[in-house]
Amino acid sequence: MPTSYHLDHLQHLETEAIHIMREVAGEFERPALLFSGGKDSICLLRLAEKAFRPSELPMPLLNIDTGHHFPELNEFRDRRAKHLGAKLIVRKVEDAIANGTATPAPGEVSRNRLQIPVLLAAIEEYRFDACIGGARRDEEKARAKERFFSFRDSFGQWDPKNQRPEVWNLYNGRLNPGDNMRVFPLSNWTEMDVWEYIRQEELEVPSIYFSHRRPCVRRGGQWLPVNPILPLKPTETVRDLVVRVRTIGDIISTGLVESPAATVDDIITEIAAAHVTERGSRADDKASEAAMEDRKKAGYF
Amino acid sequence: MFTEEILAAPPVTLPVDILRFNTCGSVDNGKSTLIGRLLYDSKSIMEDQLEALERSTDITGGGTINLANLTDGLRAEREQGITIDVAYRYFATPRRKFIIADTPGHVQYTRNMVTGASNANVSIVLVDARLGVIEQSRRHTAIASLLRIPHLVVAINKMDLVGWSEARFHEIREQFEAFLPRLDLKDVKFIPISALHGDNVVTPSSNTPWYPGPTLLGHLESVHIGSDWNLNGFRLPVQWVNRPNHPTDARLYDFRGYSGQIAGGIVRPGQQVIVMPAGLVTTVKEIWTYDGSVPEAFCPQSITLVLADDIDAGRGSMIIGLDHHTGTGTDLQAKVCWMHTRPLERGRKYFLKHTTSTVQAVVTELTHRLNIGTLEPEPAPAALAMNDLGEIRLRVAQPLYYDSYAVNRLTGSFILIEPGTNTTVAAGMLLPAREAVKPELGDFRI
Repeated sequence: MPTSYHLDHLQHLETEAIHIMREVAGEFERPALLFSGGKDSICLLRLAEKAFRPSELPMPLLNIDTGHHFPELNEFRDRRAKHLGAKLIVRKVEDAIANGTATPAPGEVSRNRLQIPVLLAAIEEYRFDACIGGARRDEEKARAKERFFSFRDSFGQWDPKNQRPEVWNLYNGRLNPGDNMRVFPLSNWTEMDVWEYIRQEELEVPSIYFSHRRPCVRRGGQWLPVNPILPLKPTETVRDLVVRVRTIGDIISTGLVESPAATVDDIITEIAAAHVTERGSRADDKASEAAMEDRKKAGYF
Repeated sequence: MFTEEILAAPPVTLPVDILRFNTCGSVDNGKSTLIGRLLYDSKSIMEDQLEALERSTDITGGGTINLANLTDGLRAEREQGITIDVAYRYFATPRRKFIIADTPGHVQYTRNMVTGASNANVSIVLVDARLGVIEQSRRHTAIASLLRIPHLVVAINKMDLVGWSEARFHEIREQFEAFLPRLDLKDVKFIPISALHGDNVVTPSSNTPWYPGPTLLGHLESVHIGSDWNLNGFRLPVQWVNRPNHPTDARLYDFRGYSGQIAGGIVRPGQQVIVMPAGLVTTVKEIWTYDGSVPEAFCPQSITLVLADDIDAGRGSMIIGLDHHTGTGTDLQAKVCWMHTRPLERGRKYFLKHTTSTVQAVVTELTHRLNIGTLEPEPAPAALAMNDLGEIRLRVAQPLYYDSYAVNRLTGSFILIEPGTNTTVAAGMLLPAREAVKPELGDFRI
């Protein structure tokens, strides 16, 4: 057989992800695609275009706005959705707090826990039976045990001891009423693959991924952006640094890395030489050894 | 902190292909330690992961970093020192990108091994040099054979605990070679290692001067995986019908494409195909992709086919190259791995998912059960229990269009789903069909 019938690693990952997207469109009545504007969901959107064009995307985009997003991210999210002609549904943690469906604990500032009931309420409101997310197995230890099709009960709970076996490219999408599937087409992608794909497809990403000058404050061993939600304490000093984000979470917990990387090529070179993982700059994951596992069991992605 | 010097470094060369492998062995055979060692010695572990390792309470490591904690991600696993579910790990060397499925070895989780191994190019069976071949080793090897994993590596671990004995290495190798002829394995390699100390994992060991072969990583980097895909007979299981129904763009208003991942062979415009179950023959008009029409596409690419004629086809239909028919029928023979605590008995009904089509199926016969101890078939068992491997017959409500698993993994495999619970209860591998697809309407052309 001629050796030209050969796919390189990005082509392999791409065809696998497109196959999964189409399985979702084929097997579910009311799917949604989680789009935050972050680099992983940017890749998801391109894969959705590859899976479904020339038709319109057969699913709306959904974003849970914690109220602590970087403004650059929301601007990008809205613009990109509009450009694709996709329907974008945004549900806000602020609204859920106002109407009582999410209640912060006394002194709880982080929206990490509170976004879970908002997501589950959106799933219920629109009766979504499948939600496609951009989570990758290489991000975190609990995620390393996820299936492509991650079955959730009506509480959105993940039961790692009772996952459906996944063999070959056969995905079992059967659900009972109230059940829900989370689907992760990028399961086998690494951070490097995502950036290589962004380069190959010439995808636009939010500006905060690139090096820029920003006032920063040192907290919990990392540089955080100065923000109005967690104001400076008298003991803290502001430094003006040239930084970028490697992974985007909320503005109060996303660590900034000092970096001169101004292009996608620079970022790829930088990741190749990196000494810490991307989630190493997320305070939400450092909370405890099992932080992600606990959130997933409660209905998180 | 990143610096300008890093950006001045030479450009990164991209890995050329992906090798998927799984590791299997019993509890305490050192699978997680082996993976930890591969990641650690290939410099795929980052500082924050090491910090997390040092932070975590270590019950078994005895003061040194416990590499197993890198892969045992869930709290219960760390507490019990076991692996509960398949964990996937990723690393790359300048030669290849690797996807590892770390599959647990205790008896009740064999279904996870099938999960981790079904897409593997290479299966690594770990054997404790002190214990030699045990039932788990035979079970894992039998599953690898059943799944027709192209390459098997027997990693004889904990060689340090048997004094790096060459005689012991050969003794275990002979134990394996005694039962290998009963299995369908073509390429089997034996490597003496110590995952804990790193001998022959990434770096060659000075403790095994009698072993001339490659290290484990050296083997994984160089083993020829060529084309695992079948390129001999075009098959496109239709996943989704692509109909834009665009109200203003006339070209898109009429567009009707069949989207799917090619499950075998090569397709070109002008090629004749038969669409099943309609049984109609037509011609490929265009291979549509987001990046433009292409003159040729092959397995496992994802494409959208435009056909010359309007044919009634939808999800579950199969578009087949006319020069190379699939088999068909409603009476199926298959090998299965049973993965549920409720046993399989004759007369049970399930949903059977094969490619993109899901049909009702009833089990009509339990032909045999494989005895893991002897690797001999035991005819006509009363039931197949969790983790049993066996051969069965099924009758399905609509004909399948399929190949034998030995010929094509994608068109020769299926899963059984239990109605009600919707649990996946079996992985199945089809044996050759007795009849081939025939155009139902003879030489009819539309």
